[in-house]
Amino acid sequence: MTKSELIEVLAQETGLTKGRAELVVNTVFDSMVEALQRGEGIEIRGFGSFTVRQYKAYEGRNPRTGATVHVAPKRLPFFKVGKDLRERVNGKRSGGGAPIARRRAEAKAQAAAAAATKQAQRQDPSVAEDAI
Amino acid sequence: MTKADIIDRVCDRVGGFSKKEAADLVEKVFDVMKCTLETGEKIKISGFGNFVVRDKAPRPGRNPQTGTEILIDARRVLTFKPSPVLKTALNEE
Repeated sequence: MTKSELIEVLAQETGLTKGRAELVVNTVFDSMVEALQRGEGIEIRGFGSFTVRQYKAYEGRNPRTGATVHVAPKRLPFFKVGKDLRERVNGKRSGGGAPIARRRAEAKAQAAAAAATKQAQRQDPSVAEDAI
Repeated sequence: MTKADIIDRVCDRVGGFSKKEAADLVEKVFDVMKCTLETGEKIKISGFGNFVVRDKAPRPGRNPQTGTEILIDARRVLTFKPSPVLKTALNEE
């Protein structure tokens, strides 16, 4: 699933326009990026938590050539999965993922059908007349 | 930052939603993600990172407290790989 598919599913599930759904999803991830930039952790109950880890500079090696390289200090985001999601991913407990997967399959089939109709219209204008 | 802070941002920046509506929407975003990951499908959020479900093979382990050997069962775990864009964003300035 990509971000645009996530936006599509959110629009379907809530009845929002795709534009509004896109604003919501973008705001969610933008605000998370901003928190991490401030060095702040994020905790989403049932999903997981993000923390920023500070790494010191070290002398690393290029594994292919063996050459020593200096690695500058850096900050990296780190994700720890929450208990609820960890158990669901591991199949211990179901939270009802199947219906969403099915709805997405339906949405894809509809899009394909619409594309096929358009294709048919292009090849045979009489189809278009029928459709209108 | 917690879900409540994210809900506030959605209220402030998107506009036209009540607190309750924004809360339901944010809840839904994470719910859709959880349901997708539960089916084993990965999620790619451009500019943020990828959430990938990985199958782990069983392996022998040890209880670090008692030293007894035990077999760690095969399991599925969720990993997050941050996008290069996010890594750069954390190391600017």
